[in-house]
Amino acid sequence: MSITLAKRRVIPGFGLTMGFTLLYMGLVFLIPVGAFLLYTTTMSWETFWSAITQRQVVASYKLSFGGSLIAATINLVFGALVAWVLVRYRFPGRRVVDALVDLPFALPTAVAGIALVTLYASTGWVGQYLEIFGIRVAYTQLGVVVALTYIGLPFVVRTVQPVLEDLEAEWEEASASLGAGRLTTLRRVIFPALLPALLTGYALAFARALGEYGSVVFISGNLPFRTEITPLLIVSKAEQYDYHGAAAIGTVMLLAAFSMLLVINGLQWWAGRRHA
Amino acid sequence: MSIEIDHVNKHFRDFVAVDNVSLTFNEGELTALLGPSGSGKTTLLRIIAGLEQPDTGRIRFHGEDTTDKHVSQRGVGFVFQHYALFKHMTVFQNVAYGLTVRPRQSRPSKADINAKVMHLLELVQLDWTAHRYPHQLSGGQRQRIALARALAVEPKVLLLDEPFGALDAKVRAELRRWLRRLHDDIHVTSVFVTHDQEEALEVSDRVVVMNKGRVEQDGSPEQVYDTPANPFVYRFLGNVNLFHARLHDGVARIGDIQLPAPEFHGYHNERGEAYVRPHEIEVLATRQHDDALHSQIELVSVIGPTVRLELRTNNTETLVHAELSKHHFHSLGLKQGSDAWIRPTHSRIFLPDERVANG
Repeated sequence: MSITLAKRRVIPGFGLTMGFTLLYMGLVFLIPVGAFLLYTTTMSWETFWSAITQRQVVASYKLSFGGSLIAATINLVFGALVAWVLVRYRFPGRRVVDALVDLPFALPTAVAGIALVTLYASTGWVGQYLEIFGIRVAYTQLGVVVALTYIGLPFVVRTVQPVLEDLEAEWEEASASLGAGRLTTLRRVIFPALLPALLTGYALAFARALGEYGSVVFISGNLPFRTEITPLLIVSKAEQYDYHGAAAIGTVMLLAAFSMLLVINGLQWWAGRRHA
Repeated sequence: MSIEIDHVNKHFRDFVAVDNVSLTFNEGELTALLGPSGSGKTTLLRIIAGLEQPDTGRIRFHGEDTTDKHVSQRGVGFVFQHYALFKHMTVFQNVAYGLTVRPRQSRPSKADINAKVMHLLELVQLDWTAHRYPHQLSGGQRQRIALARALAVEPKVLLLDEPFGALDAKVRAELRRWLRRLHDDIHVTSVFVTHDQEEALEVSDRVVVMNKGRVEQDGSPEQVYDTPANPFVYRFLGNVNLFHARLHDGVARIGDIQLPAPEFHGYHNERGEAYVRPHEIEVLATRQHDDALHSQIELVSVIGPTVRLELRTNNTETLVHAELSKHHFHSLGLKQGSDAWIRPTHSRIFLPDERVANG
């Protein structure tokens, strides 16, 4: 092992960069997460179990995971579409649209939440028309999905975009010359090439949605059993000095998120394995 | 299936890619479109395939107008310089692609597809790679798979865009001989684009030399090499020396050398340019003829069995290149720096404004 590490490279500095990586990961990631898990172990199994299986908490899991999955799926479809339009077509204002995609990254989520609530409230610009059809967004589970979709969009767009840009135009020409129609080319040639990037974008959008707090609390109304997301429960438990309860729910979130990301990474590996 | 190109024009913004080209490619012939980059040869090939639309002009396959037909309906096999194999599919899936995308009613059965793909893979001698992915193959192997994929749809014409351009010299030479033999077996009308004159001369039945969107010459490989239509073709097909000459009454004079130029009878003291290929220059160690040019050998390079010389004379501004066999060179007893006398044994004379005088 030490022999391979000591191999001469064009750019040396393995020891320094690896050391820094470990230190950095340790300080900002491993130590906080480790301390958090350690704190959880100070609870008895019974307290832990009752904390994570309260009916109110279970309802929040359903909303958080369900809402995040729906939002990530919406973003998968429309994010891919936005990326396609931005890469394939040249139109006036393309750069503006391209810049706008990043807005959910930059805008404070509370601002986004307030903006969404103003728009979608039953008196808002959009909400008043939806009201006619009996659709309510603000203070409903639908509102949670809207907020989670908003903050997840750039993840899909920005992961798919570079892959789409690198896609060889010759593939499409080859496919067409072999007699394939446009939809067949899209389905058999372009989609499989984009699949690993789509999965990455999906995983990122999902993970981001799962952890989102700021924008959701404004639009959801935080009704127990109905529109309460898990991160909000953690915050309210901590505010009531129920640190054990907060840590227990946090642990569930951590494990669930980690295992879902692991599954998606596995899928990605499976899809990417077939590529050079 | 013959291909007829009828007054085709194509421009990209203010760049004229194809300038009023009319050509006919005969049934079963293997034709090379030869030219430098930017000569419009690839654009012309893509217009035949339907990957580009001409601004004006028509394309006909065996008399049938296909100009407005979509590429997927034209029945062409197209081979790309960089293979364009689908990298998420195995070799087998790549070759089968054209058959599996057919509408259900005309799609062959699984067993038929299987048999056909394996037959094609045997034809390109790569049946053992069926379950590999393209990235596991070498460049030459990939290009053969790309060819098998194009042939799977039984194209009426086969179009190849610089098919060997991305390969190293040895593989390229092997593959082009292989393509020639393959073409002799399957006899599909084929057009291939190349900028490599050796490749064009070796592989094709016919060579079309293009420059600046126009056809400069169209003929058999022997014709275009031995009797180039103009100085461009002369320069493009191999190395050539240029001597300034005086044309007078059917004789061209280069210094003391007099070359017969019967086609210039009636010219009086006119300036001309004599084109002489390096192997058409006789190199002598002593002055055996009156009409030999004195020169000095500046550089000797031995390339396998041949020797290339660079010689400086008083009559030409640039160095004269001569080529002779190593055996012959050694028998002359010359070396770098020695004096030598040179004499063109064959030349072709053009007037400076590139008018063709004999042709």
